Amino acid sequence: MSQRQVLQGVMSLLRPLLLDVVPTIQQTAALALGRLANYNDDLAEAVVKGDILPQLVYSLAEQNRFYKKAAAFVLRAVGKHSPQLAQAIVDCGALDTLVICLEDFDPGVKEAAAWALGYIARHNAELSQAVVDAGAVPLLVLCIQEPEVALKRIAASALSDISKHSPELAQTVVDAGAIAHLAQMILNPDAKLKRQILSALSQIAKHSVDLAEMVVEAEIFPVVLTCLKDKDEYVKKNASTLIREIAKHTPELSQLIVNAGGAAAVIDCIGSCKGNIRLPGIMMLGYVAAHSENLAMAVIISKGVPQLSLCLSEEPEDHIKAAAAWALGQIGRHTPEHARAVAVTNTLPVLLSLYMSTESSEDLQVKSKKAIKSILQKCTYLPALEPFLYDAPPNILKHVVGQFSKVLPHDSKARRLFVTSGGLKKVQEIKAEPGSLLQEYINSINNCYPEEIVRYYSPGYSETLLQRVDSYQPLAN
Amino acid sequence: MIGTFSYAKFLKFLYSVAEAERGWEKSGVNGKLTAPLDWLYGLVRLPGRRIVTPVVNQMREAMATLARLQARSKAVGQQYYFRNSVVDVFRKKENDAAVKIQSWFRGCRVRAYIRHLHRAAIIVQKWWRSYLSRQHYQLVVKLAYYTMKMNLYNEMAVRIQRRWRGYKIRKYCFDYFYLKEYLRAVTETNDAIRDALEEFAEMKEREEKKAALEREEKKRDYQARKMHYLLSTKQIPGIYNSPFRKDPDPWELRLQKAKPLTHQRPRVKQKHSISLTSWLACTSNRSFPRSEILPPINRKQCQGPFRDIAEVLEQRYKPLEPTLREAEPINELKEAREDLRRQEWIRNVNDNMFLPFSSYHKNEKYVPSMHSSSKYGPNSYGCQRFRDENPKKWICPKDFQTVLPSFDLFSKYGKLYSKAGQIV
Repeated sequence: MSQRQVLQGVMSLLRPLLLDVVPTIQQTAALALGRLANYNDDLAEAVVKGDILPQLVYSLAEQNRFYKKAAAFVLRAVGKHSPQLAQAIVDCGALDTLVICLEDFDPGVKEAAAWALGYIARHNAELSQAVVDAGAVPLLVLCIQEPEVALKRIAASALSDISKHSPELAQTVVDAGAIAHLAQMILNPDAKLKRQILSALSQIAKHSVDLAEMVVEAEIFPVVLTCLKDKDEYVKKNASTLIREIAKHTPELSQLIVNAGGAAAVIDCIGSCKGNIRLPGIMMLGYVAAHSENLAMAVIISKGVPQLSLCLSEEPEDHIKAAAAWALGQIGRHTPEHARAVAVTNTLPVLLSLYMSTESSEDLQVKSKKAIKSILQKCTYLPALEPFLYDAPPNILKHVVGQFSKVLPHDSKARRLFVTSGGLKKVQEIKAEPGSLLQEYINSINNCYPEEIVRYYSPGYSETLLQRVDSYQPLAN
Repeated sequence: MIGTFSYAKFLKFLYSVAEAERGWEKSGVNGKLTAPLDWLYGLVRLPGRRIVTPVVNQMREAMATLARLQARSKAVGQQYYFRNSVVDVFRKKENDAAVKIQSWFRGCRVRAYIRHLHRAAIIVQKWWRSYLSRQHYQLVVKLAYYTMKMNLYNEMAVRIQRRWRGYKIRKYCFDYFYLKEYLRAVTETNDAIRDALEEFAEMKEREEKKAALEREEKKRDYQARKMHYLLSTKQIPGIYNSPFRKDPDPWELRLQKAKPLTHQRPRVKQKHSISLTSWLACTSNRSFPRSEILPPINRKQCQGPFRDIAEVLEQRYKPLEPTLREAEPINELKEAREDLRRQEWIRNVNDNMFLPFSSYHKNEKYVPSMHSSSKYGPNSYGCQRFRDENPKKWICPKDFQTVLPSFDLFSKYGKLYSKAGQIV
């Protein structure tokens, strides 16, 4: 017998047991169904097709709490696999009964009901809207205030799943007064609860400036910064995600975070973890620096650039490297001081090697190229630019030579250094089409020096000298 | 030189020559050549004389002269010719000389005139040009003065603007020192936060360690309580109190302090079922507290306006007697129906509803009307629009003749110039 036939057989056996007289049998049958549906989505589909859901929904309304827990478990197990199955659950009217279960006295029942609602709302915005329309949100907010930690966790995770889809849903959650309760619970010592709380707040704050401002008004700063020092990795990740979602909207919010010392905390957090946990922190620094040059300067003085360049060089994954490259580009693109701060840490050669290497993904190449270009256009720190003369591709070389041509006419020490370090020689060797921008830059560099030096360093000078020796007639005495 | 020879002229000439010879003699030094003729005319003019004799004398004289002259005529002719030609020879020269002199003189005169004119013109021009230049010069001076003034003003305006712009930028747009202050403040905050977070992390570490230690302690205590029987007695030293050791093992001391475990009493599970009657009967501990010991029967009444205790207790703990309406749920009928439906759902083999017999024959196929089932398609009533003209369907190419004029509404149909009435 194929697995599907087995499944159908099982369902038709379990179905009448659900309506047995003995309550224990009902509960055990429901538990069995729940475990079957939890394991595999084919089984979950079989549960739906076997028309078991309406009966479960009916008995949810009036049986005792063990049965309610088991029935809610079945609903959760079915709803978690795919949006279609969740839609089937909604269609058989389960939402109202689950919401009634949320009002139950027993915390286990509430937890099971909240879990089921959370899994249903996770899939897409329509299902979330259906959950909200059933009136679940105020009850979930009440559940959060309950003393049991497990219930709080599940309720927070359900609120997070509801509010992540669209701004209207997030607004509904906020209107139920969730933010104040969530903000209070950041101080709770339980790590898993903190994960869910921070995730819920970040899903609310990510949609718009108003929501982010409301989250900030709940006075989460500087308390959230303590979460960045937590032992649990995911708490750190969710905390930096929350800070990132707040910082990315407007410069004022970023300034608020920087004023509260958030930049330093995030930088330390980046230093203390590895891999994907770092990613939201890196992006947060990038967003803060992108808003204005004062904020970028604040990031620089909080010692962010050495940390970011460390991330860039030691992370194995391409998408984290791409994020670090982007963040460095945002920091360095404002003024020559910023570019100097980035160039001093020797990140530019790393960026160049990432751009040139064939193993980097396309996203990484594009981001590192943009970062190099934007930093180079403002960089006047010549010792960092010199290595670029030797191994840069032509489209970047153009910018490098351009920067040299801007700095050299005004600085005599730099000119001397340029000659002695072999830069002038290299510039002479560059071939450029006459009339192109590169040729103009080369000409303006050559104009800074006396003609003899330029001729001395131009390629083929030794040959011309030797030719002159050949053709020289010594004066006959 | 010798032009037309006329006798009258010749005679005149002869007379003139003759009289010239005479005239020189008579008039002496004068040499006036008009003298002979005067003499002749004088003779004529003198009144009262007899003209004939002088005239005949004259005639004779004249004839003699004529003869004399005619004898010399050839020579005269030749002399005349020569004298003319000599005169001619010299005449040309003299004429040329005269012309030259005259031309030179005229030239000098003209040149002098022209010089004079030049001087006059130069003076006029000089004065005119000086006048123009002075005017131009005045303009130039004015312009230079104006330029100088404007340069000065510009210079001063630039100074003012420079100061003002510097001030504005420094005070309102970008305050460098404020930025520096801000960055310093940010650094300080960062350091403070970093210290605070370090402290927080350390505190957490300490707490965790403490909690771990406490857990360890509790575990060991529990172990000691379980192993209480290993305590050493007076007779038998326990395993932790070996006589060969200097002092007993710390476990020994722990065992001494530990209280032995007792058997756990089986806990009675409370029934949590919440039904209407039991809830309102207030039997749970969370509601009104009720002591297990009833109050004594003959208790003295408390002094004061208190009611009888027994009455009060009776009232307080009166069981609920709901009305019949309350006892049954409000949607009992609906629930009963649902219940019935569930019962049938269990029992039924086939979920399809049995149809009533009245609709038994209602399995006939629906027969559409001819209008809609014609294979030529529906003929939209009245054609698409009543006013449509379909020439293909006409029986003859000409339109119907109207015997009577149609009423006004349709008389203008198709005949108006405007397109308003036309059917698109």
